[in-house]
Amino acid sequence: MSRRHLAILTATVLAAASLTACGSGDEAGGDSKTLTYWASNQGASLEADKEILQPELDKFEQQTGIKVNVEVVPWSDLLNRLLAAATTGQGPDVVNIGNTWSASLQATGALVEFDDATLAKVGGKDRFVPAALAAAGAPDKPPAAVPLYSLAYALYYNKQSFADAGITAAPTTWEELAEVGKKLTGDGRWGLAVEGANPSENAHHAFTFGQQYGGDWFDAAGKPSFDTPQNVAAVKRYIDLMAVDKVVNPSNAEYAQNQSVSDFANGKAAMLLWQAAGANLKSQGMAPEAYGVAPVPFLATPPAGGKQVNSMVAGINIAVFKHTGNLDGALEFVKFMTSDTEQVTLNKTYGSLPAVGTVAADPAFAAEEQKVLAQALATSAAPLPQVPEESTFETLVGTAIKELFADAASGRPVTEDSVREKLTRAQQQMR
Amino acid sequence: MRETAAERWSRRIVLTLLAGFVLVPLYVMVSSAIKPLQDVQGAFTWWPRRPTLQAFVDMWSTVPLGRYLLNSLLVASVAAIFSVSVAIFAAYAVSRYRFRGRQIFSVTVLSTQMFPGILFLLPLFLIYVNLGNATGIELYASRTGLIITYLTFSLPFSIWMLVGYFDSIPRGLDEAAQVDGAGPLRTLFQVVLPAAVPGVVAVTVYAFMTAWGEVLFASVLTNEGSRTLAVGLQGYSTQFNVYWNQVMAASLVVSVPVVAGFLALQRYFVAGLTAGAVK
Amino acid sequence: MATTTPPAGTASGQSPAAAGKPAGQLARQPPAAADKPAGRPARRPRRSLLPYLLLAPAIVLELAIHVIPMLVGAWMSLLELTQFHIRDWSSAPFVGLDNYRVVLDVNSAAGAELLRSFRVTVVYTVLSVGLSWVLGTTAAVLLQRPFRGRAVLRALFLTPYALPVYTAVITWTFLFQRDTGLVNHVLVDQLDLVDDRPFWLIGDNSFVALLIVSIWRTWPFAFLCVMAGLQNIPDELYEAAAMDGAGFWRRLRSVTLPMLRPVNLVLVLVLFLWTFNDFNTPYVLFGGSAPAEADLISLHIYRSSFQTWDFGSGSAMSVALLLFLLLVTAGYLLLTNRRRNDA
Repeated sequence: MSRRHLAILTATVLAAASLTACGSGDEAGGDSKTLTYWASNQGASLEADKEILQPELDKFEQQTGIKVNVEVVPWSDLLNRLLAAATTGQGPDVVNIGNTWSASLQATGALVEFDDATLAKVGGKDRFVPAALAAAGAPDKPPAAVPLYSLAYALYYNKQSFADAGITAAPTTWEELAEVGKKLTGDGRWGLAVEGANPSENAHHAFTFGQQYGGDWFDAAGKPSFDTPQNVAAVKRYIDLMAVDKVVNPSNAEYAQNQSVSDFANGKAAMLLWQAAGANLKSQGMAPEAYGVAPVPFLATPPAGGKQVNSMVAGINIAVFKHTGNLDGALEFVKFMTSDTEQVTLNKTYGSLPAVGTVAADPAFAAEEQKVLAQALATSAAPLPQVPEESTFETLVGTAIKELFADAASGRPVTEDSVREKLTRAQQQMR
Repeated sequence: MRETAAERWSRRIVLTLLAGFVLVPLYVMVSSAIKPLQDVQGAFTWWPRRPTLQAFVDMWSTVPLGRYLLNSLLVASVAAIFSVSVAIFAAYAVSRYRFRGRQIFSVTVLSTQMFPGILFLLPLFLIYVNLGNATGIELYASRTGLIITYLTFSLPFSIWMLVGYFDSIPRGLDEAAQVDGAGPLRTLFQVVLPAAVPGVVAVTVYAFMTAWGEVLFASVLTNEGSRTLAVGLQGYSTQFNVYWNQVMAASLVVSVPVVAGFLALQRYFVAGLTAGAVK
Repeated sequence: MATTTPPAGTASGQSPAAAGKPAGQLARQPPAAADKPAGRPARRPRRSLLPYLLLAPAIVLELAIHVIPMLVGAWMSLLELTQFHIRDWSSAPFVGLDNYRVVLDVNSAAGAELLRSFRVTVVYTVLSVGLSWVLGTTAAVLLQRPFRGRAVLRALFLTPYALPVYTAVITWTFLFQRDTGLVNHVLVDQLDLVDDRPFWLIGDNSFVALLIVSIWRTWPFAFLCVMAGLQNIPDELYEAAAMDGAGFWRRLRSVTLPMLRPVNLVLVLVLFLWTFNDFNTPYVLFGGSAPAEADLISLHIYRSSFQTWDFGSGSAMSVALLLFLLLVTAGYLLLTNRRRNDA
């Protein structure tokens, strides 16, 4: 075989192995002048988020000389991407995480711990709203992140529909909600919209209802306790809004992409349980005057052990990866994002609440919606269980509830037994 | 051999039903793309009542569709070209030589078709990252990594199809060339390849389409800069809304070139498959 | 009859290049491959290095992308690889076959779920491959003789295969929406077949929905392959059959299907493997969390490893699945080979 032939072969192999020219830039690790930041999708679209964030990042660059490359990651990808980054020690320096994942990600050991010394570098522990900081990691460990945007659930209701049905006040108990919902249901309109096929939403509601019934999804030792009588009753109460009270359109059993918000905005549903829906509703053409915001209802007669909780402590945390090559710059950036100015600007845009106490009184958060959310966060919100298995809990229990909604929607009876059976099965899958 | 009337009518009916089955989703894709968002969110209508091309305008700004399109084009075409080049050499060896390990090679390559992607997704990801750290060649989150992955995905089927095709080309031609003094590679390039054009085209099309549509690996192995269409189109379902009309418009735009290309080359595909599959 | 039924052996002896029109000049040559049985050395062993060099790129790539990651995956299945350990594998405890014990124990919750998903996948695969084959063969046979519009129909039938997976499946997701989808619009509003709008993406019907989408995407490939196979059937066979007075069904049974046997053997195997491992269709159709009725095994494994962060048992499931597929494929090949040799 001639040398020329060998050369052709070698060239093919080399070319196949070294298409380096096509590589696209992702400067993981970061030197002292750049940072990679993964933001979560908070606005109308990935591009919209980028447009909102870019001016702020430019400001940061002017102040510190550090350039921040932002990538807005859709929620459907975010957990996978974070996991990948944690596994390999490659990827961004700073990330947004859903605050319910804090303990799960903390367990990987990939995130910088915000002990008191580190917290001091970003402004000190006392800056942050205590409830929000409590949702940033396991209680007995230094937080794995700090809060960035704070959220809580509220009951949104269509003022016009309420007036038409002769309802004067928002319901304060679930019994009232069911009753009001029945009056509102009819003529192609339904009392309440839920996101029945979205495991996370389902899990959040399961948590809140569980609290009201005195149930816990994890016992004191951190072991799953999904199928306690309290939790069964709690989940059944939630499903019954569709199955028994029939104030929820059965179609909602297949909603997983925020169609419930669209239904509310389009007047197809008169009530909605959501976190800071205002910005979204506005984008869908529903003016703030058209809807009212009230606290999420409680049980009329709470059972023994039932807690006065009507929302989870929801929100987005910001975290730093240990593998960053620019820890000081990353912390500087966290400090910037949680500074008074940025907290006002960004939370105002997204309709969320500031995670720091100093700007709570800012007029940007004086609207009715924000006041209700702040009230809930301050008095009646509890963090989801901060255990490493939290993300698994969301997946398994959320999916179990999705299946129950599917049963209810197709007219199959949802009984305590069927609820318990689903929850038991979910629990058995926890390892 | 004349067709009876009954045969003719059953043929027409069956073909019409099949055509309907194929057409309906395609029609909906087109008709929904020209509806305003409100109409696609409402009850279904066959005919767009307020046709608009707005979705075709908006879709470029909701997600960076242009960049995804470019990435997909680059990744899929480079992967296809390399896949075919590698497959040609391998198939030539398997078709024209008897050597130790030939059987093992053929069986192993084909059996990789059995591997559940999910089994080697995470390991591959780790290998890319570590290899990247060790050598400085960016594999993870780069188009390079994706290209190498996809070219390997289409390789087994490509090799197998080309072996079949090469086998069908008479050895007499090789031998005639060799009598004229041609070496093995010249024989490949001057005798075998020209006779195997349909097979090569078919394999190229196959490799391109494999890379164009893959979802699972693209979702883990890319970042914003290298994201391909298959993953990128998910961006139309955002925190706020599912922009169904834009999803359909974008789907249409990214499908038309591939479908047109495939249909233009389908003749070769059939010919290539004929040889490969009948082996 | 003897004249119309070709011995199975000659089917593979036909020179397939005859069908490739651009290679038409070869068709007149005697089929050389047929008189050189496999196994007979085509060249002298003196040049034994060359074939390995030709194979080198393919081998390197296969090793790097398929074989080595698979072995790593198999190794992972022996570790307890949860979120506590993924960052540093060396700290992951070696648990031997414990993961297998858990996921393959049908009495445990994880094992029961896996078994259910496995059953769903088997039924799904059998139905999807079977129906796709029937549709594909039907269309190919009906398009065998020329008529006006044949080329258009052929192009139309191939379109679903050419569409990128994502766009095809997302369109079906849209069609299957309960309130705003076409399917219910036709069934409920226009035809009045059912009173209550059925669900397609959750509950029992989700399996049907998944199957329909899968068939829609798969049957064109069967069509394509069978069409290619039909081109190899010499017209003389049909003419002979017609002279014997064979009708459509008789011709189909005694000429077409036997001649298609080599194509079908491969086609069914390839479709089986692709369908069984299908991830894209359910993933896009149901958005990552498929209802239990349509929980295909690859999606199930994906959920078990990525969403619950337990890569050890996820890998154990994958390895078990791989072994199953190997077994089925080996059995299939043995069986079909023996039958071919017997013939």
